[in-house]
Amino acid sequence: MDLSSPIPLQAFLTLAASLFCIGVWGLINSRNAVRVLMSIELMLNAVNINLMAFSNYIDGQLIRGQVFAIFVITVAAAEAAVGLAILLSLYRNRETVDMERFNLLRW
Amino acid sequence: MTIATTTEQICFLILAATIVLGSLGVVLLSNIVYSAFLLGGVFLAVAGIYLLLNASFVAAAQVLVYVGAVNVLILFAIMLVNKKESLSAIPSLLLRRVLSGAVCLGLFTLLLRVAFTTAWPLPGPQPIGEEATLRIGEHFFSDYLLPFELASVLLLMAMIGAIVLARRDVYASDVITGEPADQGLIEKARTPLLINRSETSTTL
Repeated sequence: MDLSSPIPLQAFLTLAASLFCIGVWGLINSRNAVRVLMSIELMLNAVNINLMAFSNYIDGQLIRGQVFAIFVITVAAAEAAVGLAILLSLYRNRETVDMERFNLLRW
Repeated sequence: MTIATTTEQICFLILAATIVLGSLGVVLLSNIVYSAFLLGGVFLAVAGIYLLLNASFVAAAQVLVYVGAVNVLILFAIMLVNKKESLSAIPSLLLRRVLSGAVCLGLFTLLLRVAFTTAWPLPGPQPIGEEATLRIGEHFFSDYLLPFELASVLLLMAMIGAIVLARRDVYASDVITGEPADQGLIEKARTPLLINRSETSTTL
């Protein structure tokens, strides 16, 4: 890697892609419900990195990507609050956080 | 100029390594408390990436909202649902992990291919740098005013919804008449409803 040229856009995109894929893997394979919520947060952060990279490299004057990133952060905070509240009431009713046992609506 | 870009590159490499290793730890570690603290580290490193991308306001918002609110919320949830339970073994768990890992690797290569083969319109206009906060404010109060107001309504809805979902209490006395409530109902409020289906169907 050439250390004297500025960071290319593709470096940020690669970082965001790897973070997103790790988040997807965790979302599928986690058995603890709290860890599923954490994986969702990782995926949202990957999307935010993408938005900010495009905003800086391609849309440098009207930084619309940063505005979208702020909206994503807002929605992610709301999602985390509601998701953890659902998780709490689910835990009180079933006394477990194992995703494999949350099968009330399964056929 | 070359010293600045070299510093930038080193910062980027350190932050990227922190993000990737930290997120792997979040997903793979067996102790969920370690995962939660590593998640805080990943959020902080993402805020550093935002600083590299000339977005100081969003970096501050990231630290405040993610590290200060979401991560603390997750830690509280872990404390509230912290019960040692031995997860029952499910068949073909290893097969599922390998298959989903292959799917994620395929997705990763697809994303990389898109990132490296698309002809991005580079170099774009010069980034405005420190005036970004000013420009974000202009956006919020002119062309993004409606989403901005909708976001406040969304936050209010999420707050009320979280309170309604997370509390389950029975008043000791009737709100209107002041009579003491049914004692059985108060005791039932502390028992889980859906654990044993046969017992539940008889008590309800």
